[in-house]
Amino acid sequence: MTVSLPQPRPVRAAVECRGVTRRFAGQAVLDGLDLDIAPGEFVALLGSSGSGKTTLLRALAGLEPIDEGRLQVPAAMAAVFQEPRLMPWKRVWRNVALGVRGAGVRERAEAALGEVGLAHRLGAWPGTLSGGEAQRVALARALVREPQLLLLDEPFAALDALTRIRMHQLIIRLWRAHTPAVLLVTHDVDEALLLADRVLVLANGQIAEQLPIRLPRPRQAATPGFQPLRARLLHLLGVETEAEPAVDLSHPLSRTASR
Amino acid sequence: MPAQAPLSLSARWTERPGVKFLGNLSLRLISPLLLLLLWELASRSGLLPARIIAAPSTIGDTLWQMLGSGELGGHLWVSLKRALSGLAIGVSLGTLLALLAGLSRRGEIAIDSPMQMLRTLPFLAIVPLFILWFGVGETPKIALIALGTTFPIYLTLFSGIRSLDPKLLEAATLLGLRRWELIVHVILPGALPAFFVGLRYAFGISWLGLVVVEQINASAGIGYLVNDARDFMRTDVIVICLLVYSVLGLGIDGLVRGLERCALAWRPTFIRN
Repeated sequence: MTVSLPQPRPVRAAVECRGVTRRFAGQAVLDGLDLDIAPGEFVALLGSSGSGKTTLLRALAGLEPIDEGRLQVPAAMAAVFQEPRLMPWKRVWRNVALGVRGAGVRERAEAALGEVGLAHRLGAWPGTLSGGEAQRVALARALVREPQLLLLDEPFAALDALTRIRMHQLIIRLWRAHTPAVLLVTHDVDEALLLADRVLVLANGQIAEQLPIRLPRPRQAATPGFQPLRARLLHLLGVETEAEPAVDLSHPLSRTASR
Repeated sequence: MPAQAPLSLSARWTERPGVKFLGNLSLRLISPLLLLLLWELASRSGLLPARIIAAPSTIGDTLWQMLGSGELGGHLWVSLKRALSGLAIGVSLGTLLALLAGLSRRGEIAIDSPMQMLRTLPFLAIVPLFILWFGVGETPKIALIALGTTFPIYLTLFSGIRSLDPKLLEAATLLGLRRWELIVHVILPGALPAFFVGLRYAFGISWLGLVVVEQINASAGIGYLVNDARDFMRTDVIVICLLVYSVLGLGIDGLVRGLERCALAWRPTFIRN
């Protein structure tokens, strides 16, 4: 007697790329790239400059056509770029509300701004915001749409170091609260390790390597296991860190160099 | 040192912005007032005959009379109506054409090259043609001002639409805006600063056009007043008309600035004030 057990429904991936190819002037920037991102997964995409990170993100956002292959993304998708890209002629809450449909648009925009700690700047002009504030408005504008996929294109690159640390904490909090799948494009290995569940390295138009990051959160550079992963990723990106034992630690100069 | 106390007090007093402004203003008024006084003396002594230019006091008297009798007001109203009618048509037409050309590729192909060719034509050179087409009534006057003001609006608004930051457009597209929402919320507000530049040009041109068209067989208006005064060698009336032109020019510039301040309140230069 065979009992047909109910098949577990396969969880649909938030992002599914198969053989994605994009050429510029005959040169393949993306070359048969395959990529899956699970719902709610935080993925960081690393790669040296010109490796096609941004092209991939733009293709996922639908801003860039692809020449071959297939890609599937959820309809509810939002993106935050390196520049906040706020409309300077719309007050902060109207920027967040732009394109939001349905009832209670203003309330939803206010709630989203409250979540990023900007409830007091609702009526401000974008031109009066600091870089960090503007980027938080951009985050609120993305989250008010309750995206299933959040694309982040080096969103913290233009911020000062202290603001960046706060933004890292904020993005993790928001990610936990809203559980979108996240694709973070960055060139900062530490940022990728601090935030992501999985780090991808893009090279020659394909995912050359992927590392699951199983470190407990909240993470710090001092979290055990962080530094070996960092060295590994840097190695994959073609940056050699000096191997600790090879350095003569008794020499004061070599100590600073190894840091 | 007690002797220095009042000095430093008065120094501080003149450093207050309002006082400083008034002080500067009175300083700057000295030279024009002196010139006016010299002019008056020259007229009184017969050095400057009235057929060359009237004395300031005569001009003042005439101005007072013309204001009192409503003569100046009536002519001014006629001129203003011409300028504003022409402007209304020109600004509407320029805006419409710029939107058509700016928002669609087909519109650009159809509209932009003829407009770029026509704009090189000095619009005042069209006067003879307009007289043949429209006669010598109000129509050619208003049409000429309309023609002259269409181009600055078209050119600035078109380039304003086309030079919008593509990154903002991309962001707006990703926010799921429909085409018309993109136009209303992103493209038009983004092009508004350029439109205001065009508007200021258009006002200036409408004024310039007015001076010219009112020489064509006009029976009312500031330009008519000038022509009439020329025939009777009334230099006082001519000077008054010139004054009216410049005061109105200033007034309209102020008006556009005020409009800008309201419509472009988001611009950092205005935020700071």
